Amino acid sequence: MIVNGKEMDFGKITILKLLENLNLGVNKVAVEVNLEIVPNENYSEYVLSPGDKIEIIRLVGGG
Amino acid sequence: MDKLSIGGKLLDSRLLIGTGKFPNKSIIPRVIESSESKVITMALRRVDLNSQEENILDYIPKDCILLPNTSGARNAKEAVRIARLAKAMGCGNWIKIEVISDNKYLLPDNYETAKATEVLAKEGFIVLPYMSPDLMAAKSLVDAGAAAVMPLGAPIGTNRGLQTKELIRILIDEINLPIIVDAGIGKPSQAAEAMEMGAKAVLVNTAIATAGNPVEMARAFSLSVKAGRMAYLAKAGAQRQYAEASSPLTGFLND
Repeated sequence: MIVNGKEMDFGKITILKLLENLNLGVNKVAVEVNLEIVPNENYSEYVLSPGDKIEIIRLVGGG
Repeated sequence: MDKLSIGGKLLDSRLLIGTGKFPNKSIIPRVIESSESKVITMALRRVDLNSQEENILDYIPKDCILLPNTSGARNAKEAVRIARLAKAMGCGNWIKIEVISDNKYLLPDNYETAKATEVLAKEGFIVLPYMSPDLMAAKSLVDAGAAAVMPLGAPIGTNRGLQTKELIRILIDEINLPIIVDAGIGKPSQAAEAMEMGAKAVLVNTAIATAGNPVEMARAFSLSVKAGRMAYLAKAGAQRQYAEASSPLTGFLND
């Protein structure tokens, strides 16, 4: 799968487990899979597949 | 001071502030406190998987309204995507539309901005579009369902003040939505000038973030925005070409 433009191999994994693996807090990011936003409450059930394109977004300072 | 009404909220402060460019994020809570601002902007970016980054929300008091921007969007479609991500992240439903494809002057694309505004307003967002001051474009933002119109005073980050003053004056005169001057304001006197003209609020980031003492500069902006608003409500006296004595012209001692 591709996470934020980077090729990664986690096999079949839920979004929750992926975020845990990457050390990211679930409440501090938004996740898109193949350009579709996945609601926070679905992270524990949503199983990612190899080939999925995942974007993990966070808030930064800005004007 | 009279309150500012935007998107069904009544705001005590007419100063909105941004969180970009601060050399040290830990100063942000004290900047927000001294600014008295209750509407705070931020941006969305990809998580950098190679570094543990701080979360900007940790520095913003919980009673503030979050105003994420769509910076990075080059067209309406990208702006809509970023706005929806912000909502999914729990930022609430306020969004500053920023659609820019010009990298030198960072001037916004008014046409794409109106398209994004229309889509997002229909989805229930409180949309505050950043725009180049142009009356027809502002009217199309009103029609698209914007909650306010945010013309630039000068290009982003330039601290050059109200270079577009005459065009902003026309928007204030003709547009029946709050006009918030966003971008370019470099000094408190310029913020006061915008408020004296009848702008309903100003949005400041660079001028505070890059000041020698951002906490004191935030306070100076807070005072200047209040002074400008008070002056607007008090209605300035007329300008004249020639002198008109302030003291009586009779009863001189040498008469």
